Amino acid sequence: MNTRFDMMLPRRQTILGGVALAAGTAAPAAAQLTIDMTKPSFEPVPIAIVDFKGDKVGADIAGVVRNDLQNSGLFRSIAPSTFIQQNIDPNQPPRFPEWRQIGAAGVVVGQVTTAGGNIKVDFRLWDVVVGQQATGLSFTSQPNNWRRLAHIIADAIYKRVTGEEGYFDTRVAYVSETGPLGARVKRIAIMDQDGFNNRYITDGRSIALTPRFSPTLQEIVYMAYGERNEQPRVYLQNVDSGRRELLGNFPGMSFAPRFSPDGTKVVMSISADGNSDIYQMDVRGRALQRLTNSPAIDTSPCYSNDGTQIVFNSDRGGTQQLYVMSASGGGDRRISFGEGRYATPVWSPRGDFIAFTKISAGSFGIGVMRADGSGERMLASGFLVEGPTWAPNGRVLMFFRQQPNSGGRAGSVTLHQIDITGRFERQVPTPTDASDPAWSPLIPQ
Amino acid sequence: MRMIKALTAIAAMFLIAACSSEQAAAPATTTVTPGSVADFRQNVGDRVFFDTDQSTIREDGRATLGKQAEWLKKYTNYQLTVEGHCDERGTREYNLALGERRANAARQYLIAQGIPAARIKTISFGKERPDPVGSDEAAWARNRRAVTALQ
Repeated sequence: MNTRFDMMLPRRQTILGGVALAAGTAAPAAAQLTIDMTKPSFEPVPIAIVDFKGDKVGADIAGVVRNDLQNSGLFRSIAPSTFIQQNIDPNQPPRFPEWRQIGAAGVVVGQVTTAGGNIKVDFRLWDVVVGQQATGLSFTSQPNNWRRLAHIIADAIYKRVTGEEGYFDTRVAYVSETGPLGARVKRIAIMDQDGFNNRYITDGRSIALTPRFSPTLQEIVYMAYGERNEQPRVYLQNVDSGRRELLGNFPGMSFAPRFSPDGTKVVMSISADGNSDIYQMDVRGRALQRLTNSPAIDTSPCYSNDGTQIVFNSDRGGTQQLYVMSASGGGDRRISFGEGRYATPVWSPRGDFIAFTKISAGSFGIGVMRADGSGERMLASGFLVEGPTWAPNGRVLMFFRQQPNSGGRAGSVTLHQIDITGRFERQVPTPTDASDPAWSPLIPQ
Repeated sequence: MRMIKALTAIAAMFLIAACSSEQAAAPATTTVTPGSVADFRQNVGDRVFFDTDQSTIREDGRATLGKQAEWLKKYTNYQLTVEGHCDERGTREYNLALGERRANAARQYLIAQGIPAARIKTISFGKERPDPVGSDEAAWARNRRAVTALQ
């Protein structure tokens, strides 16, 4: 039963995991420990997460799991102070009636053991309603990886309850903003999805904007000015080594870069004589292919999840609208037809939706439409909301909100996440003002 | 950039000196060195403004750029960078493109007025460098601009 498979992480991080813990029969999920997040309304699943036993990091791990699940909007983490059963044995079924009494649909228990310089974390999710184990897994890694282990456990619980892949073991690249608006310092930063482990990727001596991850998370592409405000260009940077290189040296500005889903290409805009068109570059060989050739502004390109198409915005029809073309260029067709201007389209990693920024009647909104342009729905609006980015499961978006400036002072700029029903929005904590979020794929295990 | 700041500071000192000695608002034209960056900014005007989401040079902008061209033909020692800017009411990437378009429109106008193309570079700042900072129509109108910077 305990078939062990090892998943090597690139570089220092190693997580041995996914070991199923032997338990009772795999029962079909009970109604109360499942949730259909696409339904128009639902109650968050009440879940009790008990501090993991065996090591003091066990309480920290449980805290991260609680925070992840609560922040998804799909779960309600029951306060540990209300738990009736104390000193629960992580290897024995909990006393279900005592958990039913406090309204829990699920109970998560776990233990931490240390061996050979590693920590091993076992956890089980018990379905309180049917009185059976719903899932149980074991992971081994270096002790300093405990936050990742907690996110991986939260992902496993999320998947068991929602039927969707989780998104907690991910990172977010964004632009950290400090200083007065007229001389704003903008640095690329990367943090865990929950706002922890924040670190800076650029030094702030030049304006850096619009970071985007490669599929392996090992590189980012972004646009940056020179240190004396020379022509902005697209750079490719290794996240760990910090080594960066120009992605093509063109006389005009290059901007709005984004990786193809397989990481072999970067699509971007390049301007010449004031006009911006879309090009794609082979990352390895640096061959450049022109994809649009219009006197309009063609920018913000993004590949479809299968890499065969590109959605972008263009004002070729008079106002900014969304268009889809073949990833080799051609076959352009307009997909946005509502009131207002459409911008920053991003194709869902699942392929079903395209999220966008919409400007109409003096206000900004974040919305989604199906990939053919039908079924437009607005999720969030405000004085300025911009730049949606998808969680890898295609069910949650992150974007930024800017408040109006007043009295010569900058309004706050903050990151927010929202589910695609638009029901649940929350601010994502960052150490400074923050914009241009880019959600990573799941971190490779 | 630093050079420009220093010259602006010197120009400001001249202004203060002029005001305190004459006890009146003396015309600025008398206080700056002809052919200086301060002269260009104060007596010619270093910026032109655009309508929302537009990059067409307006009537007032044509007048300013015409004066710029005259001045630049007289003082040929400067290289120029035309900076294109936008208000905050657009998305970042589109505004970078729109700023580039505005800078290029001003550049083309100067070239048509006889300034050699080789003297004029362009750069777009999109909505990254507002001047003034504000979130009302008056501030946005001033931010939709192309600024001719001298080097």
